[in-house]
Amino acid sequence: MSTFIQRYTARERSNHWIVAIAFILAALSGLALFHPAFFFLVNLFGGGPWARILHPFIGVVMFLFFIAMAVRFWGHNRITPADRQWMKRIGDVVCNRDQGLPEVGKYNAGQKVLFWTMVVSIPVLLLSGIVIWQPWFAPFFPIGLMRLAVVVHALVAWILTLGIVVHIYAAIWVRGTVRAMTRGTVSEAWAKHHHRAWYRQMTGK
Amino acid sequence: MALQSLDILARFATTTPPPKVRAEATIPVAKLIDISKCIGCKACQVACMQWNDLRDEVGENVGVYDNPADLSDQSWTVMRFSEVEVQQGKLEWLIRKDGCMHCADPGCLKACPSPGAIVQYANGIVDFHEEHCIGCGYCLTGCPFNIPRISKKDSKAYKCTLCSDRVAVGLEPACVKTCPTSAIVFGSKADMIHHAEGRIADLKERGYANAGLYDPQGVGGTHVMYVLQHADQPELYSNLPKDPSISPLVSLWTGITKPLMSLGIGLAVFAGFFHFVTAGPKEVEEEEKAD
Repeated sequence: MSTFIQRYTARERSNHWIVAIAFILAALSGLALFHPAFFFLVNLFGGGPWARILHPFIGVVMFLFFIAMAVRFWGHNRITPADRQWMKRIGDVVCNRDQGLPEVGKYNAGQKVLFWTMVVSIPVLLLSGIVIWQPWFAPFFPIGLMRLAVVVHALVAWILTLGIVVHIYAAIWVRGTVRAMTRGTVSEAWAKHHHRAWYRQMTGK
Repeated sequence: MALQSLDILARFATTTPPPKVRAEATIPVAKLIDISKCIGCKACQVACMQWNDLRDEVGENVGVYDNPADLSDQSWTVMRFSEVEVQQGKLEWLIRKDGCMHCADPGCLKACPSPGAIVQYANGIVDFHEEHCIGCGYCLTGCPFNIPRISKKDSKAYKCTLCSDRVAVGLEPACVKTCPTSAIVFGSKADMIHHAEGRIADLKERGYANAGLYDPQGVGGTHVMYVLQHADQPELYSNLPKDPSISPLVSLWTGITKPLMSLGIGLAVFAGFFHFVTAGPKEVEEEEKAD
């Protein structure tokens, strides 16, 4: 019987899952408007006009809750010299050769990179989204800016989606991770192996 | 709709060929607007309102003859009046009937994400089918002429249809029918170019050395063309663009970029799957036992 360490509080988990659900809905409705091959996805939202109406509101929900989450996790995501060392050995990490990796705090460098990608991309998505938000805000902007905003919005959404694909896969790949966000706890062995500095800080060992 | 379906040349979001069997039999049409003959009576605006059952709000005088001041969901065509002095001391009143140009390479159609909301008929008319419109406004970004307008009533995009309903049954557009000076004429595109050549020769004789036809090739030519007294300076005509084309920003995300980006996301998911079945998951169970 292994012992468990608290990693996320109920509030943190709820916050994460609101952002996650909003992202999935925004991504599906966004993909529907991104390429005709995905237009069928509008049916999940009640048809084309509804997908267009709901998408920006879902995006705003994602933005607001992400800001709350970013404030909570900001301090744990500062990039340190050890993170640079860890990043240099990303090949070993991917190939599951974890021996001798630098000690990791609450988050490893990969997680931190995703965090900062989101910190940059989500506000950019909000701002570029407002410029093309029909019928409320778009009429106030010149067409040239709308053209640019559409491209920026699509490109940044693509980068964010790729980041989230990696994020979801990493949670599946690294066994014992998902329960951190579903139950709030991780096994001591998991913490010791993947986040030793955080483990020592939490347990005093 | 049943009769039209065989005449469609392009329908956005359709990557396979549209019905093509009748395409050869359909003649490309064009509306020719001879600005040198226009007297600015706005009968075309009235005819457009009447035929299409449109009633714009009665606006306010903004100090110029333009009324309404801009295109809207209720005004699919407006006369734009500009007073210019091309030669010092010689005032010219250039009146341009603005509206959809019906581009052969329509930016609105390229930008539209909703299948069947914008179609291009084999005769060249670019038409909006508002029942499929989702109101995203992408057509506004695609159009090089700033024509489509989103309605505040129903959040759908509207513009001149070139009276596709009239043309389909062998009638000319309403504005053409009503024009008292025959400044607007309608027919096959070839005939309209021929007619324009006669007009241009006449204008040149009368001292307009730069008279010419406005049929911009940057958008593949248009099915609404102008005879301009000063074809070298189309900007004189209330900023008619000199060499319009679909913005490269629009082409960027309607061309190959989006399929490539979609592929990228798909590949990322596949990469994850194959990583899982080759490298496998990161387990810490052994250490757990040792503890």
